[in-house]
Amino acid sequence: MGSRASTLLREEEIEEIKKETGFSHSQITRLYSRFTSLDKGENGTLSREDFQRIPELAINPLGDRIINAFFPEGEDQVNFRGFMRTLAHFRPIEDNEKNKNPTASEPLNSRTNKLLFAFRLYDLDRDDKISRDELLQVLRMMVGVNISDEQLGSIADRTIQEADTNGDNSISFNEFIKVLEKVDVEQKMSIRFLH
Amino acid sequence: MIFLPYRPPLTQTLSLSLNIFTQVSAADSVIVLNQEAETVFPEQTPCLFCHVTFSSSVFHFSQRFTTVVPESCMLILLGLVLGGVVLIANKKQLYQLEPALFFLFLLPTIVGDAGYFMPARLFFDNLGAILTYAVVGTLWNAFCTGFCLYAAKLLGVIDERVQADLMDFLLFGALISAVDPVAVLAVFEEVHVNDMLFIIVFGESLLNDAVTVVLYKVYISFVEVGPANVQTADYFKGVASFLIVSIGGTLVGLVFAVILGFITRFTKKVRIIEPLFVFLLVYLAYLTAELFSLSAILSMTFCGIGANKYVEANISQKSRTTVKYTMKTLASIAETIIFIFLGISAVDKSKWAWDTGLVSCTLIFIFVFRAVGVIGQTWVLNRFRLVPLDKIDQVVMSYGGLRGAVAFALVVLLDGKHVKAKDYFVATTIVVVFFTVMFQGLTIKPLVKWLKVPRSTSRKPTINEEIHERAFDHILTAVEDIAGLQGYHHWRDKWEQFDKNYLSKLLLRKSVYRKSELWEAYQKINIRDAISVIDQGGNVLTSARLSLPSMASRASFPEVTNVTNYLRENGSGVCLDLQVIDNVPGAKVEEDTETHHVLAENLYKPRRRYQSHYSRHFMPLGEKERQDREVFQRNMRSRMETFKSTRYKRHKKERSLKKVTHTQTHAHPAVIPVEDKAEHSDAEKEDDVGITFVARKAETPKQRPKSAALDGCQSPTAAPPSPTSGDSHLPWKGSVGSPPPCVSVEATKIIPVDLQQAWNQSISSLESISSPPAPAEPVHPRVSALSRLGGPRPASYTPPGSVGGSTSSIGAQVSQGSFCFPEKKKTEEEEEEEDEGGALQEMQPLMSSLRPPSSLSSPPPPPGSAPGSGRRRNPCVYLRSLVTAPPPSSSEPYSRGPTQL
Repeated sequence: MGSRASTLLREEEIEEIKKETGFSHSQITRLYSRFTSLDKGENGTLSREDFQRIPELAINPLGDRIINAFFPEGEDQVNFRGFMRTLAHFRPIEDNEKNKNPTASEPLNSRTNKLLFAFRLYDLDRDDKISRDELLQVLRMMVGVNISDEQLGSIADRTIQEADTNGDNSISFNEFIKVLEKVDVEQKMSIRFLH
Repeated sequence: MIFLPYRPPLTQTLSLSLNIFTQVSAADSVIVLNQEAETVFPEQTPCLFCHVTFSSSVFHFSQRFTTVVPESCMLILLGLVLGGVVLIANKKQLYQLEPALFFLFLLPTIVGDAGYFMPARLFFDNLGAILTYAVVGTLWNAFCTGFCLYAAKLLGVIDERVQADLMDFLLFGALISAVDPVAVLAVFEEVHVNDMLFIIVFGESLLNDAVTVVLYKVYISFVEVGPANVQTADYFKGVASFLIVSIGGTLVGLVFAVILGFITRFTKKVRIIEPLFVFLLVYLAYLTAELFSLSAILSMTFCGIGANKYVEANISQKSRTTVKYTMKTLASIAETIIFIFLGISAVDKSKWAWDTGLVSCTLIFIFVFRAVGVIGQTWVLNRFRLVPLDKIDQVVMSYGGLRGAVAFALVVLLDGKHVKAKDYFVATTIVVVFFTVMFQGLTIKPLVKWLKVPRSTSRKPTINEEIHERAFDHILTAVEDIAGLQGYHHWRDKWEQFDKNYLSKLLLRKSVYRKSELWEAYQKINIRDAISVIDQGGNVLTSARLSLPSMASRASFPEVTNVTNYLRENGSGVCLDLQVIDNVPGAKVEEDTETHHVLAENLYKPRRRYQSHYSRHFMPLGEKERQDREVFQRNMRSRMETFKSTRYKRHKKERSLKKVTHTQTHAHPAVIPVEDKAEHSDAEKEDDVGITFVARKAETPKQRPKSAALDGCQSPTAAPPSPTSGDSHLPWKGSVGSPPPCVSVEATKIIPVDLQQAWNQSISSLESISSPPAPAEPVHPRVSALSRLGGPRPASYTPPGSVGGSTSSIGAQVSQGSFCFPEKKKTEEEEEEEDEGGALQEMQPLMSSLRPPSSLSSPPPPPGSAPGSGRRRNPCVYLRSLVTAPPPSSSEPYSRGPTQL
């Protein structure tokens, strides 16, 4: 599998991805083989159906939202670059990256980008605000059917009230960052990609 | 009623339990200690235990000591002093840390507490590291220390007198190498390093027990049969026994965890024994493992970790609090005893056999090998960890390898016949323990500060964090699945699915199972906020009727602190839906709440005074009296005002008011006691309903006196020698002259037994009023009788100054006026009840979702009675009174009838 992946993936492409996402060479080839195994149509891109075929995602409450997050707005295909770009959000922040010069553009796996990814899951209409309805939708996905709308509504209200500082009854991205500032997002939004 | 405070209502339990426990602990712990001690020292003085307890509480409270010196150090020092005193007095050391006492009672209390309250998520997140350090690290330490000591012996660094060969040194290495959970807890809890670091060191100290136990037992048996007779197969047996001991211990613990969860599923009817089950089964897990020579600590730890989730969800809030504080108290008692006895045990010449070479070698070796082991393992671990352990972490981990009482107890247990150098080992162990606990314990805090180790914040997650972190977990699981990694989140998700589909179904109550964790978290946060609001507000009692959720929301807005604001903003009482309050304040609602506020201040203060009788420990007495007086005066004023207005009402009702003269206003002071008494006894009854079932039974006959009393009142209309003709038309006035028997016969039935005497007194005083002569005097007996009834509030009932004067001077008119007033009062109250009840009913559906599951079956609260009780209790009590089905409201106005007489 790996050999096939590396044959299909040009060296300069790997270099570009490496530069953009910070993944190592072996990680990229490994993920590329995963990408091709997901790509049933074998056209170099993944469609929503390809993602939906992953059995575990079917039982993930936020599965569909996360699938959507892989697709750029208005498109329903994602190529390997886009795939890697999304996954790069979850790369742990390494020590040598912390001290990087601030002038360079922010890496995809920075704290802000991690939070932005989570924020976008809530923010369906992309108006950079989580409205009560949007929050309710996500909450509804995450809790079972046993909890009543009323209860859920009160949770949503409280959540918004807690986060809302400018009184517009919705959570902006800045408020989102602020309310999670004490959370170790770097750790809680990272997974270990095998080397 | 006296017993009421013994079972404090919900929030009080939470907020006060700390107080209670700190107060009680002194007395309690002595008892507990004595019970424990008697099993070991049947007749030795309890005064020593008193001393232990006393000193521990001193250290607890003296800030100066504990900020600089860890408690464990102080306790050991104190133990040394005590041991010295005993040694001088007795010439012989009577007390020492008995291994039996330690392993059967002291250690399990600490381990049980640690296991049960172990942060499970954190523990399993770091399980890999913990296991590595616990198994590999301990083995490494044990072997290296043992071999190197033997080498030192061969090199002649250790004196010839220490008769020990390789096996002995390996045995010693095994027992001295294990990091001790007691010491680690004692020191690290004060240092407050970050959670991850703490859980790694502490988890290691718990899980290395299996290694220590196995190594210890294997070496003991090797030493006993003699090193020459050990065959190769025995080494493999040792390895096999390690697997059995560790895995077996874990399994025993998990089995007991399942049993415990399963039992607590069915304790709904017997809430009182819920904590008992928790203690019993967790302890049983320990004993069972010990019985089968498995790792008892592992067993207990995993029993605690495994059961915690299900038990906490199943048992009631009270039981939760009980379990928490009892465990913490017991654990800190055990810790105190352990350290003091360590100190005492050290002062024992018979055990000491000093060898500088052995002591210094041991100290150096354990320190060096700990450091080397940590660095080596971390280097390997960091290749696999998401969050690498950096150098600072490694330093703290190496430095935090504290040895403690487990090592001491194990070394004392050695058999001097087989291990010739036992005395040397004991002395060395004591020195090592003292050095690690005292020197390292003392210096670790500055070290942590100096290294700028990230500290832990004891912050509870907000609702946003709860929600978003859950979302993070889902996201990570999905990403792992997409990336095709079978990583940690993948398996955690698998476990959670399994837990949800099978385990939780088996171990959780149906009502709990159906609830969402998120909702639970939400409620927990709400309750916490509510409590903190009450704590901060101190005397916001009048706002207490605003129940949890609405207050909780306010907690995040510090500008809303005063009562009036609360009332204005959250006027509609219990309200779950914040939107309603904040967006649609409504002028009427505001008006209503203003009214409520006024009424709340004026009407119900007397009962609050009554309540403060039971919380006298928490409220200064002088202030209470002053407040009572104020309330009394304010009451008088407002009643007069309202009286003026209600006079017109009565005109409308076509009641004869010709005879309502100016004298009535003067009569009020005499009336109030009657009024208060009625309220007072009502309050008692209501409280009774909330707390005990007996009193509720006593209340149900209320319905009967209602008609009887009315009959009794109305029948004598023609007969009584009424002073004026007009009065005779008024039934309640007519009853003035009517013989009290109709009251005393019927009414005594409705009075709770413990109030009978007071009731009789008031009746007799009433009788004395109704007798024609002595116009002025009757007032006073009555007042005094009432003040007797009211217990702690005589001062407040002596009307101050001018009012008091008018009372006695116009005493002749008293009997007239007194029975006009109640009617007026009643209308006023009814009005208030109406609008309060209305507000309450509005909130019904919302509140029902708030209530704890157990209460769902109880009928909805009658509108009349609830607000009264809620006004001056804290929210939970308010909910409670709603929940515990107060008496039917219809009976209330009438029930007052007989009581007023």
